[in-house]
Amino acid sequence: MSAALLEVRNVTMKFGGVTAIDNLSFKVPEGSTYGLIGPNGAGKTTIFNNITGNYIPTEGSIIFDGEDITGTRPNKVVAKGIARTFQNIRLFKSMSVLQNVLIGFHDQIHYNYFEAIFRLPRYHGYERRIKVEAMGILEEFGLAEYADNEATALSYGNQRKVEIARALATKPKLLLLDEPAAGMNPIETEDLSNIIRKIKEDYDLTVLLIEHDMKFVNAMCDTVTVLDYGEKIFEGRPADAIVDPKVVAAYLGDFTHA
Amino acid sequence: MDLTTFLQQLINGASLGSMYALIAIGYTMVYGVLRLINFAHGDIMMVGAFFTFMATAAGLPFTLAVLLGILGSVIVGVLTDKIAYKPLREAPKISLLITAIGISFFLENLFNVIFGGVPKAFSAPDYLTKIFHLGDVYLPITVIIIPIVTVAILSGVLWVLYRTKYGMAIRALAFDIPTVKLMGIDADRIITLVFALGSALAAVGGIFYAVSYPSIDPLMGVIVGLKAFAAAVLGGIGSVTGAVIGGFILGFTEIFVVALFPELGGYKDAFAFFFLILVLLFRPTGIMGEDLERSRF
Repeated sequence: MSAALLEVRNVTMKFGGVTAIDNLSFKVPEGSTYGLIGPNGAGKTTIFNNITGNYIPTEGSIIFDGEDITGTRPNKVVAKGIARTFQNIRLFKSMSVLQNVLIGFHDQIHYNYFEAIFRLPRYHGYERRIKVEAMGILEEFGLAEYADNEATALSYGNQRKVEIARALATKPKLLLLDEPAAGMNPIETEDLSNIIRKIKEDYDLTVLLIEHDMKFVNAMCDTVTVLDYGEKIFEGRPADAIVDPKVVAAYLGDFTHA
Repeated sequence: MDLTTFLQQLINGASLGSMYALIAIGYTMVYGVLRLINFAHGDIMMVGAFFTFMATAAGLPFTLAVLLGILGSVIVGVLTDKIAYKPLREAPKISLLITAIGISFFLENLFNVIFGGVPKAFSAPDYLTKIFHLGDVYLPITVIIIPIVTVAILSGVLWVLYRTKYGMAIRALAFDIPTVKLMGIDADRIITLVFALGSALAAVGGIFYAVSYPSIDPLMGVIVGLKAFAAAVLGGIGSVTGAVIGGFILGFTEIFVVALFPELGGYKDAFAFFFLILVLLFRPTGIMGEDLERSRF
């Protein structure tokens, strides 16, 4: 078993009097695909927000790559190698698909204002390089032909892919996917699974995902943690999760026909 | 109107429009990223003119004085954001708006206390007060320089906005600040950049104004600022190209209406607001604005 790339250690998150996460711990091994599942409102997205620095945990810590990153600001967390996508797609409107991906390279471009305004070689060098890289990522997603289209004009499934492509542009080690298959038909879901497997291989990624589609989770994840009301009620193989009585109870039997 | 008068007014319009355009960009960019009508922006222009005035009064060469004026505006503009607006990022937009009005009053009165309300003569160097005569066309050199410098500056600004990583971040910020942060971008730094850029352009506009009219007072930014704001709305608030177009349209209209109907000269300042009302009635998104337009379907 490889070392944990991400460790969530005794994290509690309270909003006023409401406890969204209650003393949660889990470890995501490097190179694995790890699933977070649980009914709506179980605290899954909250833990994503804790990891990316959007919320600072009330108690506990987030360890990434051997370093305590609790309370680190979101843009610094990204620089350390964590990228995410959203449950509700959040692409930049009125920007092209390519530009959306280019934004992700922001921190990897090192030219100053002077070089940018006077279009010096460094400016051109960086701009050309990231364009090539961004197109490479888009090709991997089969989106190269849409590069100049407005991102929000794409089909729902393709917009999700653009979001993942944009996240990849920040060069993450850990990719957080918040319900990547939501709203997709079975064919799109299948396509998405293949892409995630491929980029995981090509970019040497560890993936932590939130998902409701159990078929998808089963196919993708090595390990799952099941949350209910902010507490961990199960951790183990996805196949075992769906027969675990506590998990079944949490979902009120919803799993039986999923 | 004969050709001479027409050319004369065309050049005057370009010059006035340049000033509006330079100031309007600051309004539109700040609105773009923070959804704030920064009512203190007109006063930032005044600050630039005053810093330049002080520097020339201290005997510094004019070029250096201009740079100091721009720097002064940038510092005050950025500090305004850091001190007054930044603590209110999560607050309702109306709090931000009221704060902006407060900052505006504060700057006006601060300069009033320091310099007094009496307009001060702004002495531009001799090479900026030359006047050419082309046939019957009367051309103060400033009227020629202002549009040229403005176009040069604007092309630089548009390049930065549309072709560099900074501009890309600014435009992305206009849509979604939290997501921009998750792209590894320091959103606060980009917002600072927006204020710095907007303030620098306003300072240039203020210095042009001071050189053209040539007097300055602590309230000089009020009407010019409001007109530049009208220009920004006319062009489509949030759109930089729109602000430029709006600024020039306003400059030309103001000059030409007065030239064609001299009896309306007294209402000169009213045209901008008449325009503003028309835009708000018939095309609230302005010429280049799109957000509302898009949400209609």
